[in-house]
Amino acid sequence: MSKETAKQLIFEMSQPGRISYSLPASDVPETEGLPAQFMREVPAELPEVAELDLMRHYTELSRRNHGIDNGFYPLGSCTMKYNPKINEDVARYPGFSKIHPYQAEETAQGALQLLFELQQDLSEITGMDDVTVQSAAGAQGEWTGLMMIRAYHEGRGDLMRNKVIVPDSAHGTNPASATVAGFETITIPSNEKGLVDVEALKEVLGNDTAALMMTNPNTLGLFEEEIKLIADLVHEAGGLLYYDGANANAILGYARPGDMGFDVVHLNLHKTFTTPHGGGGPGAGPVGVKKDLMPYLPKPMVRQREDGSYFFDHDMPQSIGRIKGYYGNFGILVRAYTYIRTMGPDGLKQVSEYAVLNANYMMHRLAPYFDVPFTQNCKHEFVLSGNRQKKQGVRTLDMAKRLLDFGYHPPTIYFPLIVDECLMIEPTETESKETLDKFIDAMIQIAREAEETPEIVQEAPHHTIVRRLDEVTAARKPVLRYSKS
Amino acid sequence: MTFRYLPMTEQDRKEMLETIGVQTTEELFAEIPENVRFHGELAIPQALPEPLLVKHMQRLSGKNANLDQYTSFLGAGVYEHYVPSVVGHVISRSEFYTAYTPYQPEISQGELQAIFEFQSMICELTGMDVANSSMYDGPTALAEAAALAFSHTKKKKVFVSRAVHPEAREILLTNAKGLGYEVVEIPLQDGVTNLARLEEMADEDTAAVIVQYPNFLGNLEDLGQIEQIAHKHKGLLVVSSNPLSLGILQPPGAFKADIVVGDAQPLGILPQFGGPHCGYFATTKALMRRLPGRIVGQTVDEDGKRGFVLTLQAREQHIRRDKATSNICSNQALMALAASVYMSALGKQGMQDIALLNVKKAHFAKQRLSQVSGFEIAHEQPFFNEFVIRVNGSVEEVNRKLLKQGIIGGYDLGKAYSEYQNHMLVAVTELRTQEEIEQLAVALEGLL
Ligand SMILES: Cc1ncc(COP(=O)(O)O)c(C=O)c1O
Repeated sequence: MSKETAKQLIFEMSQPGRISYSLPASDVPETEGLPAQFMREVPAELPEVAELDLMRHYTELSRRNHGIDNGFYPLGSCTMKYNPKINEDVARYPGFSKIHPYQAEETAQGALQLLFELQQDLSEITGMDDVTVQSAAGAQGEWTGLMMIRAYHEGRGDLMRNKVIVPDSAHGTNPASATVAGFETITIPSNEKGLVDVEALKEVLGNDTAALMMTNPNTLGLFEEEIKLIADLVHEAGGLLYYDGANANAILGYARPGDMGFDVVHLNLHKTFTTPHGGGGPGAGPVGVKKDLMPYLPKPMVRQREDGSYFFDHDMPQSIGRIKGYYGNFGILVRAYTYIRTMGPDGLKQVSEYAVLNANYMMHRLAPYFDVPFTQNCKHEFVLSGNRQKKQGVRTLDMAKRLLDFGYHPPTIYFPLIVDECLMIEPTETESKETLDKFIDAMIQIAREAEETPEIVQEAPHHTIVRRLDEVTAARKPVLRYSKS
Repeated sequence: MTFRYLPMTEQDRKEMLETIGVQTTEELFAEIPENVRFHGELAIPQALPEPLLVKHMQRLSGKNANLDQYTSFLGAGVYEHYVPSVVGHVISRSEFYTAYTPYQPEISQGELQAIFEFQSMICELTGMDVANSSMYDGPTALAEAAALAFSHTKKKKVFVSRAVHPEAREILLTNAKGLGYEVVEIPLQDGVTNLARLEEMADEDTAAVIVQYPNFLGNLEDLGQIEQIAHKHKGLLVVSSNPLSLGILQPPGAFKADIVVGDAQPLGILPQFGGPHCGYFATTKALMRRLPGRIVGQTVDEDGKRGFVLTLQAREQHIRRDKATSNICSNQALMALAASVYMSALGKQGMQDIALLNVKKAHFAKQRLSQVSGFEIAHEQPFFNEFVIRVNGSVEEVNRKLLKQGIIGGYDLGKAYSEYQNHMLVAVTELRTQEEIEQLAVALEGLL
């Protein structure tokens, strides 16, 4: 990407009389229309552009955007792996894309079969007894899971349990989802190894504990080795264990949340299962549960009859209810299903093997140049601290911006909150060694620049379409829409 | 077995293990204690090579009756509309669809600007001041609106019209259980919200009055009157609206709505068995800082050049954690892009034309079906592109027979409304021709 002038808004390209659509004239006899009081007084000021100009506009916008197909994207916690093209093709088959959620079940047996098999496959992969595929994203999965946990406790007449415990390394959606589910959040510290501090956990566990939410491997990329003990402690206190599956890419075929003692699990299909992130969504966040929580699953579930046909089961009297319109982000589920069929059990295990190998390789190669706060083997991702560079006057933000000049999307920065000047790097398994090596070389060069010519890093990026943007003014004097004046 | 998405070679593996200082990848998993290790093979089907995979997927897809093969009169929240070819082409550009949320604005200006344009277009259609970058879908956006009203007004009662989409009302109940507000249903009268009853029920504890426009039964609510009742009690007026209809309908913003939500599916998004679609959420300047989810704002870079960033993030979960306005993180950005392209393609004139075509076709269809004996028009209310007919016998049975003649009939209202047993909600969009409407009428006549 080179320096260019600011791009026009599509509104600014508008010329009265131009169109990009083609509609037939009405072929029906005139009837009495709508009463005048319901009619719009002024038309919506939408752009008027011809089709070629419209295509050039969006093509130009796409050129100002970086996706996985453009280059390496080691955004920790987000699992930016390759988005297979066959998945895109399949999701566009008319039998998947042009079907209505309310058409008769007999006319949608292929879709129902796909959902049913996906429920089963994800149950097996996570070691759970059943899975709903309705949630639209990780956060919605968390909320769905927590609502089931709430219903479970209430179902046992255990009405005191209003606290959800999260480690200080947890993602922001964990406490936010706890609030929406009506719980209070208690945050516990991590120990010096970056793992859940079991003593601190013991202190807060009690008869008000609804659940402990964990990510394993956690957001530092470290496996919680005491998971069995933690699970026992939480269960002894009468609470349940929730697994945030954002990091499931590390453990496919190696370990299953269900076997670790987790009662509820969500997965992010837009991370682990290759569905594209779409510039912010749509995703899918299926939720798995153990047997005791199955009655509370959201409505409807897909079930199979004895004659082999499939149906939506709405007869779920203890269900938490509906959580999303229709049956979830079906088009995304089609892509994930296609991926699972592409890889099979052997392939999925290789995915985690190489994701972990890549991450450890990068960590070892970068260790001489950056502070590594936790030195045990990482899983699919690892964190560095930019503390050494900070002393040289270069912040992690600066290094992230400098990476843009090399054509990379930077790692996740300043998360988790417990590591100073954090850089969280997740290479994924779909990147070649050459790609990793080139990125490592760029990181080493930046570390050198921080030492020798810090201003190059501090003033980065130098080669992007815009330079650093004024976020403070954006928030203080918000301009959130185009207006003509 | 070697996989096409995994570039690792034996040589790579050897070199990398050497660098790390271990013999096998197995050692890298040593932190996973033996008692939670999974040994053996996951019991899922074996990998399929691409040609066999394609066959398998085509077979599954082929088991579904799709809208290219049938003439559909089914709507009820998800519609078959004209989708300009450009929409699919733009959202298939992988610079858009393989990107994450635009956390690094310098290399995400394309997505950010597209979303800024989306927000602007949604504001134009709804007549509101600000809009966010999308929600999961219309029904969950509606629940978020109730949550906003509850936290903003600190009042407990959320009145929701029975003419709001039944699934949205169900999700509202689930959401209310979590947050602890109360949902009160406003009954119907002749296919619209019963305003006399609302007038009686609403009180000082009213956080919001939620209606749908056009409502689930296709009819147009009297937003002017509803606004007065909601605001008299200092509750918020929340309107869920089909954005395509706003091409010609007076927008909720003109009736002083506080929040307008809905689903942008009619704007260039295929039905896809119910998702992914695209919730939208628009509100007033006064409530701007209470919006859920991501918002794009305009700013300048160090050289003074215009650019776009994610903004007002102090509302969001990654900053505010348990105090955030919502837990939403990922949204439906690519679908918002589809809707943007659609709104750009249709533009100022096209949005009016297409909305008007819907009105004309549906009004003609209603008139035509009113002549079919054995079927009765349920309501004589102003409506957009859907209306209710009463069927002699079961809707399911009627639909089964229609299907044999290549027609997907309307929604069986009895599934969600006890008072509408044997009633069918018929949707007629711009895609239905006079001939197809005639076919439906003749087919229904033939059923008797
Ligand atoms: C650890 C973790 N948990 C939860 C989430 C939320 O997932 P989503 O964005 O799909 O709602 C994320 C994604 O950013 C995450 O990284």
